[in-house]
Amino acid sequence: MATSLPPTYDRTGQHPMSPDVDHDETARFNFLTNLNVHLNQNVFPGNRSAFENRVSPKYEKETGHALKTRQQVRQAMLGDSYYQSWAALRRNTMEQRQQAGRHVVLRQLDDLIGRAKQFNAGKDTLQIDPNAEVPRYLAAVDNHCMPGSYYTDVVEDDVLAGANYETGVFITTAGSMSSKGDGGGRSIVNFVKERFPDFSPKRILDLGAGIGVNTLPIAKAFPDAEVVAVDAGAPMLRWGHARAQALGYENVKFIHADGDALDLDPNSFDWVQTTMFWHETSTTSIHSMMKKVFGLMTPGGLFLNVEQPNFTPETPLYDQFTRDWDAWYNNEPFWSKLHVMDVFDVMAKAGFNSSKMFDGGTEADIEQGQFQPWSSIISRHKAELKDDGGSKHNAYKGERWYLFGGWK
Amino acid sequence: MNEIDVNKLANAKAKGKRPYFFDDPAVERVLSITMAVATELAVNRERLDTVERLLEAGEPVTKANIDAYRPDDDASKDRQQWHADYIARILRIVHQELEAVENESLNEDPEKLADDFAAG
Repeated sequence: MATSLPPTYDRTGQHPMSPDVDHDETARFNFLTNLNVHLNQNVFPGNRSAFENRVSPKYEKETGHALKTRQQVRQAMLGDSYYQSWAALRRNTMEQRQQAGRHVVLRQLDDLIGRAKQFNAGKDTLQIDPNAEVPRYLAAVDNHCMPGSYYTDVVEDDVLAGANYETGVFITTAGSMSSKGDGGGRSIVNFVKERFPDFSPKRILDLGAGIGVNTLPIAKAFPDAEVVAVDAGAPMLRWGHARAQALGYENVKFIHADGDALDLDPNSFDWVQTTMFWHETSTTSIHSMMKKVFGLMTPGGLFLNVEQPNFTPETPLYDQFTRDWDAWYNNEPFWSKLHVMDVFDVMAKAGFNSSKMFDGGTEADIEQGQFQPWSSIISRHKAELKDDGGSKHNAYKGERWYLFGGWK
Repeated sequence: MNEIDVNKLANAKAKGKRPYFFDDPAVERVLSITMAVATELAVNRERLDTVERLLEAGEPVTKANIDAYRPDDDASKDRQQWHADYIARILRIVHQELEAVENESLNEDPEKLADDFAAG
């Protein structure tokens, strides 16, 4: 069986906020990363064989008709013993990844909080709101099985969520965000610079920015711009701001707010960015927040989003089913609904002009060597029968990032 | 100094109903414990590999040296290959089931075969 080898964790870039990850913790990360790679490369593809050779024929024999919806496929596959093994192993690996990352951070939490305080003290570039509401779409379920989600403070001035997110994302992505974790952000910058070479934003808003891992490459590419990173999770922002300061970024402000309650100057941002954000929200909030975004943008401003593309009539039923996996079993339920939403329709209802909307793709930006792009190391969608064509070309296979957006 | 229970917090359950995929959830609990034990064996194997490499280099095998050890590119790849091989070994039964799914000729029932062979 063919397995590409991911880099070892010790190859990742370190900065003055990085937690200590000792020998055995590194080994645990390495094992879990390899397990994740193995499950996606070598176990997951067998689900298609189980579907075609066993599940689909059995369904047809029992019901007298073919499977018609992805919901039917899911229910039928849940009864298959091979699929059960894959799904149980995958879910368990995600939980182990959280346990491993959290333990690393928790055992040195006081030290990390102390370091964060040193970087954050007296800086007006970090604004934490103790009264910020946690939106229901975050409060009801811990996305991607991260206990406490982005917002829970375990102790005062907590940074656990942010530190665990940054440290453990290596396992989930098998290093495909590059050694410094900035591959996604660099890909966004490459897209903007190639497609809109004359674009020169003065103010940039990154909505749902988390620890700012994708925000900092944008701030680096536009050093004269004022960059605002907004997130609903205080421990993510405390960590993200300290990390940005440690890495020498002075032009990024971190603001704590529920996106629906965001109170910033209207018509003031030349670029509003979201990255893998909307699938963790809700129908009500995607409509209301896009309206808010439209109001915050300057006339002529850019709205740009990285998301996985929605289904098209060409997306095969089995591929629809597999793309929903994380929605149901990695605690990201709204993703299943976003998969069948027309985001351009949402944008139009928010005020954007259809003639100024676009979509596109950008290559993963990653250094050569042991670090490999998502498509080579961790994508479990490589065997999808055919792509969706156009801008959505092979986005799920991880060969390109899918982006959509519009100009105000 | 914050008084926190590190193990309890590291083990915390994510909010949202946990899916159990096997017909009996007890099977899934045992699988989960088995994979956790498999993880710790891999951790120990990587530590042993470090000890061997320190010995080969004539370095003192101390806790400090083990924690300070960074594999070079070849050692890094060797260690990852070990993980890949190890995972393939422990997931044998899963891969065997896939072979059975993909090739019906591997699945003839011995009871039926015994009768077949007796008949001819």
